[in-house]
Amino acid sequence: MFDIDKWQEIFNTIEKNKLRTFLTGFSVAWGIFMLIILQGSGIGLQKGVENQFSSSATNAIWIWNGQTSKPYKGNKPGRLITMKNDDYDFLKTHVNGLDQISGRYHVWSNVLAYKKQSGSYAIRGVHPDYQEVEKLTLLNGRFLNENDQRYKRKNVLISKLVGDALFKTEDPLGEYIKINGIPFKVIGVFVDDDGRDDNMQLVYISIATAQTVFGGERNIHGMVVTVGDANEKEAKKIEDDIKTKMANLHRYDPEDENAMFFWNSVEEFTKFQKLFASIRLFIWVIGIGTIIAGVVGVSNIMMIVVKDRTKEIGIRKALGATPGSIISLILQEAVLITAFAGYFGLVVGVGLLELVSDYIQTPFFREPEVDVSIALGATLLLIIAGALAGFIPARRAAAIKPIEALRDE
Amino acid sequence: MIQFNGIHKSYQTGNNSLHVLKGIDLKVTSGEMVAVMGSSGSGKSTLLNIIGLLDVHDSGDYYLDGKLVKDLNETKAAQLRNKHLGFVFQSFNLISFKNAVENVALPLYYQGVPRRKRNKIAMEYLEKVGLTPWADHLPNELSGGQKQRLAIARALIGNPKVILADEPTGALDSVTSQEVMELFAQINKSGITIIIVTHENDIAHQTQRIIRLHDGKIEKDHKNGHYFHHSEDEKTV
Repeated sequence: MFDIDKWQEIFNTIEKNKLRTFLTGFSVAWGIFMLIILQGSGIGLQKGVENQFSSSATNAIWIWNGQTSKPYKGNKPGRLITMKNDDYDFLKTHVNGLDQISGRYHVWSNVLAYKKQSGSYAIRGVHPDYQEVEKLTLLNGRFLNENDQRYKRKNVLISKLVGDALFKTEDPLGEYIKINGIPFKVIGVFVDDDGRDDNMQLVYISIATAQTVFGGERNIHGMVVTVGDANEKEAKKIEDDIKTKMANLHRYDPEDENAMFFWNSVEEFTKFQKLFASIRLFIWVIGIGTIIAGVVGVSNIMMIVVKDRTKEIGIRKALGATPGSIISLILQEAVLITAFAGYFGLVVGVGLLELVSDYIQTPFFREPEVDVSIALGATLLLIIAGALAGFIPARRAAAIKPIEALRDE
Repeated sequence: MIQFNGIHKSYQTGNNSLHVLKGIDLKVTSGEMVAVMGSSGSGKSTLLNIIGLLDVHDSGDYYLDGKLVKDLNETKAAQLRNKHLGFVFQSFNLISFKNAVENVALPLYYQGVPRRKRNKIAMEYLEKVGLTPWADHLPNELSGGQKQRLAIARALIGNPKVILADEPTGALDSVTSQEVMELFAQINKSGITIIIVTHENDIAHQTQRIIRLHDGKIEKDHKNGHYFHHSEDEKTV
């Protein structure tokens, strides 16, 4: 029932009791505001790290050459372990559960030139599967394919950074650049979306070309495989399988941690996921704590308000106010204040997040935002809490005899 | 208008029971102006509170306007108070954050009279008690006498049959007390029953009937033969 007269009575009371109204409203607005900030920051942090991981596959196992540190079957420690094309073929045929596989062959510091522009960049020789592993985004053109590999074509995929440096405003696609004096045809332009500079200061060519043109023979510096949607345990099993087989193949102690290096991103990603699950939980705990503090604050103030108004309630009752009208007067006031203040906290919190998100855009913290349903739910919860907190003392106040309420000084 | 048959009332304070009213028989007819006197603790305020439905009696029968008052719930009591009774208190009991008009209009709010209409009626009653220029003032901007006149206007606005006044002049000086009593006399002439609790002889003698309470019982109940005149024997009490 909408009773305009009652609302006028409530607005009248609020207007005449500004401090009390402010205190009640403040504790509600503050609770909602803190909840919004916490939720927003948590989401921003999470998005930042997810973005970090988005730069390469989260289901990859990386392998690098190393140097033995333990004697094994007559071999002294200190022996260099170098993977060859045979290792690539071996992994492809002898290890189960692998999805994609690529070798990596690095050539550091090469002079790349187009017309009069030149610069020093790294070269990575890779297999065609590598695009998926590194999660490269193609701006135009294509990635290296099987034919580039098979026929050792001198095709090159350049980063946007390299393209901008060498070609300025020209379209690089189909043009030839000279790498250490040898012409390569540009077949595509990529960006690596973690935005890190060192992943952009390079160009990709097929590994067969790299080995042939830049004197690599059949050597491979590193390898990367993806394990499909294997979970942490399955990925660990595949990693151990590779470790054992590589140790056997290269005849080093399987316990030797330095002979070859492994990095299992499934394991790392799972760790981060667990970390973020706990951060989310933590944020929820703090958020709920904040809401509880808000609820307690509102309850406290409502109790004081009712105590404060005992005499007024007595007067009203003597003049003919029914207990129901007293309760609804106090409740509607409480609900009005909490709803308005909650909304205010919501708007200020979201506004602050929006403002901050424009200024803070680091790789680890980006796009903070708030789940509106959570914020509205919290506001609703506080309104109910405020109403309940008001209801109990209001009912008590409405139930006491007017003569006792009047005697109260 | 008001009839008490053997009304008893006691208060529990811890383990002690305080028997305040010990069988009161009383009849106040419509249009009377009655003073209830007695020393403090004699039960005069309790009597008034029971009449005013602000408190509940333990045993005995209470008839208000011919109807038996029994097992009233709060809502029913509130409606009866609103319809039949007007209150005037020693400490005025005005709502401090409401101005004069709003205070006077409050009983009409609980009768469901629309705001505009009740404020208009309130202005008429303010005029009756001579407070029109102070309509927009808050209670703490008024003198004691003005506050009590405001309270009387508020008691009158609901068009009650009975006005109950608990030490209405207790906080006032003799000149303003006199003004308030003249106002009561005027109101009484319009046919409204008035019951005043007081300990001042001066005040009591401006009523038609004086009821003396002593230790929870009616000690003396007599017509004030010299209504508006001071009788010889009462002066010496």
